[in-house]
Amino acid sequence: MNILRTIRVSLRALGRNKMRSFLTALGIIIGVGAVIATISIGQGAKREVEKRFESMGTNLLFVRAGSRSYRGVHGGGGTYQNLTPGDAKAIAEKADAVKYVSPSVSTRAQVIYGNKNWNTNIQGVGEDYTKIRDWEVEEGIFFDESMVRSGQKVAVLGSEVSQNLLEGADPIGQIIRVKKIPFRVIGVLETKGEAGGWFSRDDMIVVPYTTAQRRLIGRTDRVSSIDISAVSATQTTEAKKQIEEILRIRHKIAPGAEDDFQIRDMSEIAEGAAESREIMTILLGAIASVSLLVGGIGIMNIMLVSVTERIREIGIRMSVGARERDILLQFLTEAIVLSILGGFLGIGLGIIGSKLISRFSELQTLVSIGSVALAFLFAGSIGIFFGFYPARKASKLDPIEALRYE
Amino acid sequence: MENNRLIQLEDIEKIYKVGETQVNALRGLSYSINEGDFVAIMGPSGSGKSTLMNILGCLDKPTAGKYFLEGEEVSTLDKNRLAGIRNKKIGFVFQTFNLLSRTTALENTELPLLYSNMSKKKMRELASKSLSTVGLEGRELHRTNQLSGGEQQRVAIARALVNSPSLILADEPTGNLDTKTGKEIMDIFKRLNQEKNITIILVTHEPELAQIARRRMHLRDGQIIKEENA
Repeated sequence: MNILRTIRVSLRALGRNKMRSFLTALGIIIGVGAVIATISIGQGAKREVEKRFESMGTNLLFVRAGSRSYRGVHGGGGTYQNLTPGDAKAIAEKADAVKYVSPSVSTRAQVIYGNKNWNTNIQGVGEDYTKIRDWEVEEGIFFDESMVRSGQKVAVLGSEVSQNLLEGADPIGQIIRVKKIPFRVIGVLETKGEAGGWFSRDDMIVVPYTTAQRRLIGRTDRVSSIDISAVSATQTTEAKKQIEEILRIRHKIAPGAEDDFQIRDMSEIAEGAAESREIMTILLGAIASVSLLVGGIGIMNIMLVSVTERIREIGIRMSVGARERDILLQFLTEAIVLSILGGFLGIGLGIIGSKLISRFSELQTLVSIGSVALAFLFAGSIGIFFGFYPARKASKLDPIEALRYE
Repeated sequence: MENNRLIQLEDIEKIYKVGETQVNALRGLSYSINEGDFVAIMGPSGSGKSTLMNILGCLDKPTAGKYFLEGEEVSTLDKNRLAGIRNKKIGFVFQTFNLLSRTTALENTELPLLYSNMSKKKMRELASKSLSTVGLEGRELHRTNQLSGGEQQRVAIARALVNSPSLILADEPTGNLDTKTGKEIMDIFKRLNQEKNITIILVTHEPELAQIARRRMHLRDGQIIKEENA
């Protein structure tokens, strides 16, 4: 019997017992719905994290000092500062996949304005910093290349610093003191919010890195890291390669030896954060799939009842020439049709469910094609797995006894 | 008229094991049936009628002996090949009709064709033709439960005929019918045998019914005790 005909025969058989078929499929419907809805919560959380990282700039690359081994002893990453402003300049000039480069140094200091003070992070960066970080200046201006070159004492405030320190005064033109050095405020950055942790990106002050080196850190030959943006998101890998080549030459690293710096891109950092959400998703999905399993057992149960009820029919079919395979396929198809129909309805239920969740709670949900396909495949496999035993039982019946069965 | 040999049974034995005891249902039975024969198998219950009928119908295999159907030895075939033989060469008519419930006459008649690759259209055509042979034209779409006993048995005969089998096996086909309807059913068999030269094997314990057959085989304790050829 060909497969289309088998499906038609199964649909007919299931249609004879509509209520029972529906209740049997309900196990799968709820199971698939639960899987899709719970996965959508996990995926939603993951998407949130990714979005937050995207807001930091997508084609971002960071270079920082790597571990250095000195006579066989490895130091930790970043323990030794070996990046120089010259490195940054060389990257800007030679790597064509690179668009903007900003050397970066940082320190923490008490910032004083009038009779108020605030402890915050001082970032010394290059003039392209805002372009790399995809960050707008909300008020005033950002320092330009000539200000960086001449090491002017100008500062751009994070919005939180501006609020806490200046408390509503027009920030532009105010003088703040950092380690007793007066800085003129020339701008305020737009609010970015938390970066997926407890630290706020708005709680900091940005100054030219040259100024920070000379006035705040007291060392002009080193930078702690270099922020870089690639020409485009697709060029990050190429940019990474070029940067590595340039730095290896500049740092005189022998072929085969390890880099003494690290290059990381934003996607790597975002991946780490997304991974924890991924684990949550898997966990939730696993719990939900238990209900799918229970649904599968329901199918097996009903199929066994159905086989017993229809022993006579099986006998008749065998007497007119149905082979074992025909009977097996007939009952297996019924189980698969049940679970696949259940799967379809379950997908609908899951999508509606996840919409309701995001509407009536704080949770963001995202139904991905992947999770739908997964749940559907899972439902289909459950049909095959739990349908096989009853179908096999049916196919192994002896036609003579089956015909005589009352 | 010289007929072709359709069935050849050689020393057929069938032994059932029921727990510890052995039951010898058939003990060395030999017989042959030609194309176009109408044979009645008779005997009291326990004589081995049903066993013989199951073997003839390829539902069961003999423990020993050989069964040739149209020259092919079927006693050695596996289950699936036997199913194929039943599908192509044998039509069954049972005492209890054995139709699918809540299914139309037409679909019941089509059932054997489902298991032989055939287009839907061709199936319809053959099944309708078969139903009209047994006088049920116009009732194709009636469901089994809307038909009388006699009509149900006609559907069963139509189903047995639909694949143009070499052989029709009827097991007490009138057992569940009143005398008048039973006679009508027997007339159909007679007509099929005479007009279409279809080979019919009838299992019965009623001597009057057996009179219609041209050959009679009397069974007792798994052996042929008497053969009559008209």
